[in-house]
Amino acid sequence: MSLLDVRDLQVDFGRRHIPAVRGVNFSLDAGQRLGVIGESGSGKTVTALAVMGLLPENAHVAGSVVLDGQQIVGLAERGLARLRGNTVSMVFQEPMTALDPTMRVGRQVAEVLRLHQGAESGPARERVVAMLAEVGLSDADRIADAYPHQLSGGQRQRVVLAMALINSPSLVICDEPTTALDVTVQALVLAKLDEVLDASGAACLFISHDLAVVSQVCDQVLVMLDGRIVESGTVEKLFTAPEHPYTRGLVATARLDLTVPGQRLPTVDDFYAGGDHG
Amino acid sequence: MKRAQLLTGLVLVALVVLTAVVAVFWTPFDPIRVVPGQRLLGPGWPHVLGTDGFGIDIASRLMVGARTVLLVGIISVGLSAVVGVPLGLLAGQAGGWVDEVVMRLADIVYAFPALLLAILLASVFGASTLTAMAAIGVATIPAFARVARAGTLEVMASDFVLAARASGTSRWGIARRHVLPNIAPLIGVQASVGFAMAILAEAALSYLGLATPRPNPTWGNMLRDAQQFLFVAPLQALWPGLAIALAVLGFNLLGDGLRDYLDPRLREVP
Amino acid sequence: MQLALRLARRAGVFLVSLLGASLLIFLVTNALPGDVAQVLLGTDATPEALAELRAQLGLDQPLAVRYLQWLGGLIVGDFGSSHLNGQPVLGLLAPRLAVTLWLVLFGVLGSLLIAVPAGMVAALKRRSWPGFTISAAAQVGMAIPVFWGGIMLVLVFAVWLHWLPANGYVPLLRDPAQWASHLVLPALTLAGVQAAVLIRYVRSAFLEVLNEDYYRTARAIGWTPMRALLRHGMRNAAISLVTVLGLQVSSVLVGAIVVESVFTLPGLGTLLITAVGQRDLLVVQGTVMFLVLAVLLISALVDLSYLLIDPRQRTAGGAR
Repeated sequence: MSLLDVRDLQVDFGRRHIPAVRGVNFSLDAGQRLGVIGESGSGKTVTALAVMGLLPENAHVAGSVVLDGQQIVGLAERGLARLRGNTVSMVFQEPMTALDPTMRVGRQVAEVLRLHQGAESGPARERVVAMLAEVGLSDADRIADAYPHQLSGGQRQRVVLAMALINSPSLVICDEPTTALDVTVQALVLAKLDEVLDASGAACLFISHDLAVVSQVCDQVLVMLDGRIVESGTVEKLFTAPEHPYTRGLVATARLDLTVPGQRLPTVDDFYAGGDHG
Repeated sequence: MKRAQLLTGLVLVALVVLTAVVAVFWTPFDPIRVVPGQRLLGPGWPHVLGTDGFGIDIASRLMVGARTVLLVGIISVGLSAVVGVPLGLLAGQAGGWVDEVVMRLADIVYAFPALLLAILLASVFGASTLTAMAAIGVATIPAFARVARAGTLEVMASDFVLAARASGTSRWGIARRHVLPNIAPLIGVQASVGFAMAILAEAALSYLGLATPRPNPTWGNMLRDAQQFLFVAPLQALWPGLAIALAVLGFNLLGDGLRDYLDPRLREVP
Repeated sequence: MQLALRLARRAGVFLVSLLGASLLIFLVTNALPGDVAQVLLGTDATPEALAELRAQLGLDQPLAVRYLQWLGGLIVGDFGSSHLNGQPVLGLLAPRLAVTLWLVLFGVLGSLLIAVPAGMVAALKRRSWPGFTISAAAQVGMAIPVFWGGIMLVLVFAVWLHWLPANGYVPLLRDPAQWASHLVLPALTLAGVQAAVLIRYVRSAFLEVLNEDYYRTARAIGWTPMRALLRHGMRNAAISLVTVLGLQVSSVLVGAIVVESVFTLPGLGTLLITAVGQRDLLVVQGTVMFLVLAVLLISALVDLSYLLIDPRQRTAGGAR
């Protein structure tokens, strides 16, 4: 049985039922890493939030999302809250704003422990510092006592990562976790993510608009466009034999090292009207 | 939902204005002359809402009270707008130390609620409708100045003002042609909300005996009278309070409705 | 360093405002066409008697000198004295201060106890009936004049139900139970009216929190919406609410003055209204000055409470 099974997921918003996700199917085994790629508005974040049960009130969800044997769609808030942070956790895009500015980060990480395991504050503190060190924060003891505004973007994102991993969840959802970071920091955080996921054996749903980033963490990839999955397969297959014209465009823009100097850079549109830069 | 609010506000405000206008020409009974034999009658006919402790028709006094409230509202809101808006404009356009001085002055006046000003004025000149209007008017100047200044700052930062400045339009020209028309809706909203505040303040002042004195009726001093008979004729304390609450609600809803109607960006801002 | 600068600047603003306010009060109370002596002795007083009283009250000095004398008195705690009975204003204020303080304290606490939960629910349930109901109730509550609210409470709880006294006051030390029962209705009146105003601000402060990423993070680690708001919303909402509370200080004080009148509590408000009725100018002048001083001081303190709530304000140069 797979860890996460999404069947015919449909999400629309508001009274006018503006569709965001129109019938998505995929599944994820324990420890497996799946990349979801697509432009903004393609429904990838909405899909992730549906798995978390964190969609806004005005969202209408249909279909089925089974996580660890439990149906998420229609589950009451209390049941969802028990899963969140424990079975499934999430790393968000904006490290600058994802942490409570008025609380020391160590306490925020410890909160996840206490919330689900009722841990005492003494041992909790030790585990928090250990976790902060594990995600690559040097001087973890000092950082635990810092407020978010005293940390850099990369440091904050590692704190968020620590919050997501400290309860050893079965599934970690990463929504563009490195997009807001500097390129150099991005590579470091990605490498660390790869490492800690390996160590914990958690599965990962990794959302990004950047195929190059996805390929560093995942082996399987879904391509989403306008709320539908248009292509799926291994990273390898996507790079070597993309089928959908949109995917071909993505690959070309991810492999800019292949373009000839002086030539116009490829865009996704080039791959629709019979253009054949690929 | 928002439409219903605006509509309710309009209806309530129209009701107050209509009552006040009618009261200028006609009231069912004399609102001032004491009728000893008719004291503390309950609601009925011909005294629809009954009579007060002096035997005067309550409905008639309420109507005249609407007149007073509108008068105080118009004069005091007018006063604070006429002083506050230019000050805010000046502060917003000039910036620098002018801005600092104007806003500090506004802060000082802000520390004086209308009630304290009215107390000062009443103790010097004796309580009257005039001292109440002056106190409320002066006390609300800072609110108008703040709104006008904030609006001016926003307009001054816009591209069309930059273009006007580049083409050599004078400061006064910019203020008249660009800033004023653009902040007019904000001022309108503030006027409506300010009106509601003025009604509340006037009522409180006349309740405390710091505004229009007896025998001239205001909603506030009617309540002051009614309180003496609370054990005997409790209904008397109902009508003037209801009149105040409905009038204030009307102007508040109108202000909120206008805000939403004129500028959707301002939604959700209290 | 930055912190010291901010404190100094706030203190400067406080002093300038205080000076401006004192000047305003002095000018208004001296704007009388006649003067205090005239008011005291009436229009049929002899010129000799007037001149004598003027000299006695120091009214023959130039305006500027009199202002400076008054200001000097204020600095050493001399708020002037009544020219009806010669009692010093401060002596009149002292025994009444406690009444007003209790009223303001319970009024503010009560309004927070009502407005914070109500505003939270209004924000969290903004699309369903609890949210609508609270917002509508607040809108109606804002339109209710404080004295009418008080009178209606008296009508229900004193006249009809006989649960609580309609007016009057008993000092705490004389009889705590009586003291409490006399304060319930006044404090409730003040709290209710203030709460109606506050609910809107609380609601929008929490609406802001609901849109923040850290709220979503709190939900993602397993907090339910209400507990996420309590745990991570309170402090953050408080940051924007403090500003509002600072601006509310004067309206609370005004409310207290009116409420004292409704329930005939022997506080500062009653003192003021009585003094106005007797045209006791110096008592009015001194008491108003005292109240304005209180307003300015409390708003300054409320401003500084930022430092306690928001850690970003505490670190030097680390703002945002």
